[in-house]
Amino acid sequence: MTVDASRGADAPPELVQLLTPEGERVEHPDYDIDLTPEEVRSLYRDLVLVRRVDLEAVALQRQGELGIWASLLGQEAAQIGSGRALTDADMAFPTYREHGVAWCRDVDPVKLLGMFRGVNHGGWDPKEHNFHLYTIVIGSQTLHAVGYAMGIQRDDATAATIAYFGDGATSQGDVNESFIWASVFNAPIVFFCQNNQWAISEPLEKQTRIPLYRRASGFGFPGVRVDGNDVFACLAVTRQALKNAREGQGPMLIEAFTYRMGAHTSSDDPTRYRVASELEAWKLKDPIERVKAYLFKNELADQAYFDSIEAEADQLGADLRARCLAMPDPEPLAIFDHVYSEPHALIDEERAQYAAYLEGFER
Amino acid sequence: MTVLSLSKALNEGMRKAMEDDPKVLIMGEDVGKLGGVFRVTDGLQKDFGEDRVIDTPLAESGIIGTAIGLALRGYRPVCEIQFDGFVFPAADQIITQLAKMPMRSLGAIKLPVVVRIPCGGGIGAVEHHSESPEAYFTHTAGLRVIACANPADAYSMIQQAIRSDDPVIFFEPKRRYWEKAEVDTTTTDWWTPMDKGRVVRPGTDATLLAYGPMVKTCLEAATAAEEDGRSLEVVDLRSLNPLDTPLVLDSVRRTGRAVVVHEAPVNNGFGAELAARITEQCFYHLESPVLRVGGFSTPYPPSKLEEHYLPDLDRVLDAVDRAFGY
Ligand SMILES: Cc1ncc(C[n+]2csc(CCOP(=O)(O)OP(=O)(O)O)c2C)c(N)n1
Ligand SMILES: [Mg+2]
Repeated sequence: MTVDASRGADAPPELVQLLTPEGERVEHPDYDIDLTPEEVRSLYRDLVLVRRVDLEAVALQRQGELGIWASLLGQEAAQIGSGRALTDADMAFPTYREHGVAWCRDVDPVKLLGMFRGVNHGGWDPKEHNFHLYTIVIGSQTLHAVGYAMGIQRDDATAATIAYFGDGATSQGDVNESFIWASVFNAPIVFFCQNNQWAISEPLEKQTRIPLYRRASGFGFPGVRVDGNDVFACLAVTRQALKNAREGQGPMLIEAFTYRMGAHTSSDDPTRYRVASELEAWKLKDPIERVKAYLFKNELADQAYFDSIEAEADQLGADLRARCLAMPDPEPLAIFDHVYSEPHALIDEERAQYAAYLEGFER
Repeated sequence: MTVLSLSKALNEGMRKAMEDDPKVLIMGEDVGKLGGVFRVTDGLQKDFGEDRVIDTPLAESGIIGTAIGLALRGYRPVCEIQFDGFVFPAADQIITQLAKMPMRSLGAIKLPVVVRIPCGGGIGAVEHHSESPEAYFTHTAGLRVIACANPADAYSMIQQAIRSDDPVIFFEPKRRYWEKAEVDTTTTDWWTPMDKGRVVRPGTDATLLAYGPMVKTCLEAATAAEEDGRSLEVVDLRSLNPLDTPLVLDSVRRTGRAVVVHEAPVNNGFGAELAARITEQCFYHLESPVLRVGGFSTPYPPSKLEEHYLPDLDRVLDAVDRAFGY
């Protein structure tokens, strides 16, 4: 197998791209998108704001306010493009890195911080947002997403699910089983794989010898590779895949070809395993810069607009920080909450015992 | 004598085992260049090559399943599970194959596979990174289950586990990885067999039974209890399967009281087995029922609450007080 030293920074030929890194619109035979200036500006705003949420969280972690953080830096277009393709009725199943998709599902960013700060294991109601809780165990959620899609099918509803996962996750049994289930039941699901080239320290070639999107054909459904740093292409391809799924055409695998610009998480040290030149090559393909260039070139936005978005981002960051710091620590007895939906004698007994124990210290 | 952290002691132990036996392999996620997320395999791939220190695809069932195949072919794989909570995708291979295949073969097959699992909480981690899954494995016949608690044992026990012809589930107390102590790497004279426990602090009034991360907590509790005029004996079980029953019974017969301490939930935890055995075999020596200190019957809580969930010095001493109340 040949190893591409720039790790894909030179776009592989089969990539669906509608906006080049330089901000040029290009045509693709199978996919197109017709966006109003307002829609493009709105995508740009999303990209900038989620990057700011992420940067603020990175800073909060460094200052000890979060235990850990998984940065989405570099993957904004993949997440905003796919996230904005969803309708309200669609259901999304994320990993732990989908802060951009959460944004599209109207999950208040401060709620994302809860689990990273250690105050809860997942701080939002999935039903309220049609955005499931973050799943840490690699790959598990893909099966949940297929099951959910099977439910949609049985309800005769006009909706689809989308399952997010990484390149590393494609090795897990659960993910492969989810492909089989989706295929056999023709479930209305889109598998959205963000191939950010790395699974912690392991490069893509530790997981696969063929491009990931081509795995789909072996399972009996279509796969496509999209420029994951191109928000237009991600939106167009995901929109089409979701539409097909809703219309009963079954699953599709989208491989969003992108790059993890930061460390795996704040606990990781990528200098141990990857070279800086790779990062430099990918910096030239930044998902935000190309939209900005496009807006500029086509005179769809002026400096005042960009400044206003910056100001909004600053405000968002400051607000997020303030609300993170104000987040109350959970009460000790919350340990016993929500373990079961119905009363449970042993839990009640332990709660009472521990409450009495704690009171012993207060006296 | 060299001073080693617990993680470095494991690293040195594996290095020694790899030097001694070319069939020893390391496999797992990120064990190569990164040296594992806790750096336990740091430098091994550089020195032994990618054929012997294998960055596997991201699939725990695959890691254990292929380790079984390699063992069938005469290799001695040492598998790293990145965190306790991620051993479950491999549970099928461990429980239905690794544990049972030797017996199925009427002894024709030996499976010298080591499954290393960083375990326990106390490091402020997110969900699935602080579990204590030992009881699932002690409940599975065919697996030796051991837990190291200090650098010297880490060094000797990992080598013994690798030499064992049986599958070994090897628990590493992740919050103690960075603790340092002197280790004599020049001789094996001081090694305690991996299936034996050890009295790590002698005492006369009550026995604290612990393993892995809780040994240190119990030693601290014993020191604190001394100020109250109580002499606590601390036993580091080291091996959960087989259990060093004679050691445990001997201690409890002398002290008359036993308190079991582990991070895993008390309910149906390993302490239940200890309590039952002690009660069955030294009932007339007991001054009080065997008491258990451990996690609640709840999932491991978010990290802001883990200090409440994890047994600490106060909770251990509280149980000791209760033992003296009978
Ligand atoms: C079952 C399981 N095994 C191991 C881990 C530890 N782990 C967390 S993230 C990760 C790498 C994931 O890589 P990928 O799927 O490419 O997603 P990315 O983090 O790059 O977004 C690993 C091994 C885990 N969370 N779950
Ligand atoms: Mg990845």
